[in-house]
Amino acid sequence: MNKLDLVEQTQVNTEVQQVNPGDTVNIHYRVREGEKERIQQYEGVVINVRGSGANKTFTVRKISNNVGVERIFPYYSPFIAKLEIKKRGKIRRAKLFYLRELRGKAARLKDKARP
Amino acid sequence: MSGLIGKKIGMTSIFDEAGNHIAVTVVEVEPNVVTQIKTEENDGYQALQLSSFYRKEKNTSKALVGHFAKANTESKKYVVEFRDFMPDGVKLGDELRAEDVLAEGSTVDVVGTSKGKGFQGVVKRHGFSGVGGRTHGQHNRERAPGSIGMASDPARVFKGIKMGGRTGNERVKHKNSVVVKILPESNLVLIRGSVPGPIGRMVQIHNRAK
Repeated sequence: MNKLDLVEQTQVNTEVQQVNPGDTVNIHYRVREGEKERIQQYEGVVINVRGSGANKTFTVRKISNNVGVERIFPYYSPFIAKLEIKKRGKIRRAKLFYLRELRGKAARLKDKARP
Repeated sequence: MSGLIGKKIGMTSIFDEAGNHIAVTVVEVEPNVVTQIKTEENDGYQALQLSSFYRKEKNTSKALVGHFAKANTESKKYVVEFRDFMPDGVKLGDELRAEDVLAEGSTVDVVGTSKGKGFQGVVKRHGFSGVGGRTHGQHNRERAPGSIGMASDPARVFKGIKMGGRTGNERVKHKNSVVVKILPESNLVLIRGSVPGPIGRMVQIHNRAK
């Protein structure tokens, strides 16, 4: 096996919950402030999943105080304490950047039919 | 100065114990074979000659094949000397592994040959800033060196003036790198940040003198 893959493989935590574009997720992220640690919640729609190994990330978009906010999380980050999937959206493309242009009702995604 | 011979495999990133996402370079360190021990009495200084990475015997000069035979090992590609590096009870033909010499979390210098850049101008090669703007009638001197000397008094260009030319492909020592992790079963060492040279080229990892 390729020696680089050997290292990358060790970073992949198979127990991490799968996140797909279009999902509405609530992330409990551990934030360090000096000595103390607390949990910060962040909820939004996954609009992008990219990369592989430790370099894999996903982007979560939400509207906060009428301002669009996007935050990028490392997929396998140990700082993600908990990840809840609230909804799985029905989508037709891998990157949902078109949502940036849309506001309010237009920016909703249909629920994915359960298999 | 203790050290080892390795080979650059490429870059990737990992999460450390604290959970931080850090960029690392993967360096393969096959067991290094001791092929010569230089002593004060014999050579006037102390050093250990290490060899690593297999090379076919038919591609190795006869002189070197004989040299490797003395240490009772197969032909190797790289032969490097490390001065004042004398582990206890070292003998010819001993194998030094990454975990014997390096330690996780320790600071090292990484020596390699940088990537060749070919013939480059003074902006890339020496960090000149060019001749400034594009306006005020200037049209073709954006990356030019400017003046390279005086007028009819010396009537020549002094030696050592920085000009364009072959860039890269030279020995570079990257100081104060950190060994993030050692994987003994696959002979890999992860070094924080970058390491000189292209993928597949030999690098030396030197422990920093204390």
